[in-house]
Order: sequence, then structure tokens, then C-alpha cells
Amino acid sequence: MSRLARILPGSLSVLLFFAAWEGYCRYSGISPLILPAPSGIGVAFAELVQERATWRHFGVTLGETLAGFFIATVTGVALGGIIARSPLLERAFHPFVVASQVVPKVALVPLFVLWFGFGPTSKVVVSAVIAFFPVLTNTILGLRSIDGGHEDVFRAARARPLQRFRMLDLPSALPAILAGMEMAVVLATIGAVVGEYLGGNAGLGYLAVATMNAFQTDRLFAIVLLLTAMGFALFAAMASLRRLLIPWHRSAERH
Amino acid sequence: MSIRVVCQGLSKTFVTRTGRVAALDPIKLDVAPGEFVVLIGASGCGKTTLLRIIGGLDTASSGTIGLAAGMPGRNGIGFVFQQPNLLPWMTVEQNVALPLRLAGMRRAERLDRARALCAMVGIGGFERRWPRELSGGMQQRAAIARALANDPALLLMDEPFGALDALTRARLNAELERIWMATGATVMLVTHSISEAVMLADRIVVMSPRPGRIREIVPVPFARPRPPAIEESGEFQAIAGRLRRLLAPEGLREVTTPALLTHMPADQRDATEGSA
Ligand SMILES: Nc1ncnc2c1ncn2[C@@H]1O[C@H](COP(=O)(O)OP(=O)(O)OP(=O)(O)O)[C@@H](O)[C@H]1O
Ligand SMILES: [Mg+2]
Repeated sequence: MSRLARILPGSLSVLLFFAAWEGYCRYSGISPLILPAPSGIGVAFAELVQERATWRHFGVTLGETLAGFFIATVTGVALGGIIARSPLLERAFHPFVVASQVVPKVALVPLFVLWFGFGPTSKVVVSAVIAFFPVLTNTILGLRSIDGGHEDVFRAARARPLQRFRMLDLPSALPAILAGMEMAVVLATIGAVVGEYLGGNAGLGYLAVATMNAFQTDRLFAIVLLLTAMGFALFAAMASLRRLLIPWHRSAERH
Repeated sequence: MSIRVVCQGLSKTFVTRTGRVAALDPIKLDVAPGEFVVLIGASGCGKTTLLRIIGGLDTASSGTIGLAAGMPGRNGIGFVFQQPNLLPWMTVEQNVALPLRLAGMRRAERLDRARALCAMVGIGGFERRWPRELSGGMQQRAAIARALANDPALLLMDEPFGALDALTRARLNAELERIWMATGATVMLVTHSISEAVMLADRIVVMSPRPGRIREIVPVPFARPRPPAIEESGEFQAIAGRLRRLLAPEGLREVTTPALLTHMPADQRDATEGSA
């Protein structure tokens, strides 16, 4: 398939979508406070990115997201590694693991604000708690699905435990772990923004709430756009990491 | 450098959801250092199980197994599995070099050796590919190269040439004989091909299923190296015929006309007809 044929359908449909949106806003007489036109959002976006304060808020949200994601990944992989190895520990941890999955964590955010204050710490905690679960389950899944035939190769060759871990366990589990991390990075962003909605005075989530209260709907859309760009960049970074770490895996092939 | 393999009263019973499977009835087998033994028998008669127990991948339910003399230890055993079992995250040459890496050989050195082995088994030019980019037969050849990499004193091969075309198979049979003669390793090889068994073996262990036991051990007296033409000799055909009768199921043992063979269950036909 040529590059053009690959890109064209997607670009065309996006273009059409925005054209229809723009047309609707111009000719239906809908108030821009309810639904601003894309052109208006574009103007608001251009203004937004020129303000220094915007980038300060952007940096706060990005920092909280990365910190939450990092904590979620480290604890998820470590705990998953321990649980996958020991059936006893798995049974011991099971109620907590299930609870951490089914408790609606967003409902806990006010509690985290109470415990960790209005500063960035509470956002990092929310972000980490929400992003933690997919990393944990995928790590366990990855380590549990090591191919028996591959294990035989290492046992027949009398590999030492550390060699086995480095050359078998880790690479076997890596595709699943990376899939978990891909979900986690998205969830970490959501966690940080939701945390900012509910408390504090910094970050794009806070900025969105403040903008909404001032009825600047076009600017609110512009902030969402900026958040989308951040989420997309993080997701793209994860995809590059995937290609870097597991080039042998089918999922690392370019689409 | 080679190993003597002594199995005494070796048995294996698998306990499964649906009951117990007697995979091996007490097996008594003594393989001399440097001997080439071929295991043959219908599907499910316990050949893989026996090889896995000898290789230390499974434990016997009863009996003992001794690997004596030679140089047992880290690099003692090379195992070719019934499936290639290549690691998908390593290139072909890295897979072949894996036993050397585990033994601590330097990178440049072990990759040199891996490339030489790839060339030997006929997959030269594919060293840098991922295993999934190779055909089934090529993957199996990479697995053979891996098993040979650290010059094992005992080589356990579970249908190593099963996925190969007849010509490649004949070439690798000859290559294996050459390696075996050069290294003096003890070899235990499983096959469903009668001609391959007669071509390679010092002794052929004929096994029978349910429960798996040794039906008979057939010696093959030909001198080494054995030229391909030997297959047409009367003596070769006589041994092959004897194996065919031993492998036929009860009641059919004396009657092996093709017409009757086609009425046998497919798995037993495999073992009886040998390679295509
Ligand atoms: N892990 C297992 N659990 C339960 N039963 C098993 C297991 N492995 C093998 N068996 C049983 O043991 C018997 C012998 O199996 P084995 O794989 O050794 O046969 P085989 O001679 O290698 O057959 P094939 O020629 O098809 O490879 C079979 O009846 C099989 O069902
Ligand atoms: Mg088998």
C-alpha cells in the first residue's frame, strides 16, 4: 500500500467531520457558549499556547502523570513478579488485588486530597492507584504464560536462576507488561486530571475547571485539545518503547 | 567424551484428571558410552517421556537413571525437542548460541560458532532473522544446531528430522553420523522412519504402547560411515522388514501387505511405513 493510500481515508474523514461541525455552528445559530466552532477553538488554542501560565500547568500535569505512571509500573511489576512466583502470596494478596480492581477509585479522590493535601502529591497518588492495576495483572499474566517448551530449553541447558530470569522470564512477560503499561499511561493521565478537578490550583485539570467557571467554552475545548496532545505523545512514546524493547514481537510491527 | 546411560526399572505414570496413564512400564536399558541408539515405536508409546526423564526434564515414578563417566555437568546434554522451541525474542544465531551464552562464552566467539553451525545444518544466510520468519523445517534445523552448540557428551534427539523433506533429511543423517563419529558423543534419537533408524543406529530400541515398554532391541551391524547406497542392500532390507513386523499391531504382525496396512489406524501406519 502506498503512503498516500494509507493516510488518505483517515485524513479525509477527519476533515469532513470538522467541516460539518463548522457548518453546523455557523448556520444553526447555536450559542458558542454551548458549542464553539472549530475555527473559534483554533483561535483560542493559539492564544492558550502563547501564555506562559499554560505551560506551567502543562508541566504540572505531565509531571504528576509521569510520577504516577512510574510508581504504578514499578510497584505493579515488582508485586506481579512476587505474586506470580508464589501461590501462597497470591492467595494472601488476592482480596486486595480484587478490591483494588473493583473499588471505584475516582470516588476515593476526595479522600486522597484529605490525606495528601491539595498539592501535587495527592494527584500523583490518584494517578498511581488508577494506573497500577493493569500493570499488575498483565505482569502476572505474562509471567504465568511462559511457554513450557522454552522452559525445557533452559532446564536442559542447566541455566542458573538469574540467567533464566534475564533470558526467559523477562522477555516472555515483556509484551504483556508493555500492554499493561500502555493502558497505565492513559489511566495515569486521567488520574492526574481528575485529581486536579477536585482540588488544588495547578495543572490542566484545574485550568479546565477555572475556564469552565468563566464560561470560556472555546478555551475549555482548547485545553482538552492540549490534554489530548499530551496523551497522544505519551502513547506514542510507549509505542516507540515497544518497538525498541520487543522488536521480535508481532505487536511491534508498524501498521 | 561421552556418557553411559543406565536405566533400571524406570517407570512413569502420569496422573491426570481422567485417570492414570502408564506411560512407561519398567524400562531396563543400558546405553554404552559413544553408542548411537535409536528409539522407534508407535505414537504414544513413551519415547518422548523416556528421553525427558533421561535429560532430567521429568522425574521417573520409580526406578533409577544413571549418567556415568564422561563429563557430566553443565554442558553434558544437548536436547533436540519434538518442537523447535526457539526463543522468539532471539535471532536465529542468538538461539543457536544460547547454550554457549549460558556457559559463559564470549559474544564474538559464540556467534562465530553459531554461524558455522547454521551453515552446517543448511540455514546459512538466515542467521539474523527472527525464528518466526523461518519455515518449520528450518526452525527444526536451528534447534538441532543449538543442541550441538556446546559439543554435548550426550545428545538426546526427539524426532529431529521429522519436519524435513527426504533429501535434506538424508543429508542431515549423514552430517549427524559425521559429527557423532568426530565427537564420540552418546546419541539417543527418536524417529518414526524405519530407514532412518537402520541408517543411523548401532542398536534400535523398538517400543510398544500402552503401557510403554521395550519390545525388542535390534542391533545394526553395518560399518561406518554408512554410504546412502547401503539402503538398497539385502541386509538393510532384512532389518527394515524385521522392524516393520515388530511395529505392526498384534495379530497383524506376520501380514504386512500394503492393502492391510491401509486399514490400520493412522498413527500406527506412520510408525510402520517409515519415511516417505
Ligand atoms: N504431561 C503429561 N500428562 C499426562 N500424560 C502424558 C503426559 N505426557 C505424556 N503423556 C502420556 O504418556 C504417553 C506417552 O507419551 P509420549 O509423549 O512419551 O509418547 P511418544 O512415544 O513420544 O509419542 P509420539 O511419537 O506421538 O511423540 C501417552 O499416552 C501420553 O498420553
Ligand atoms: Mg514424542
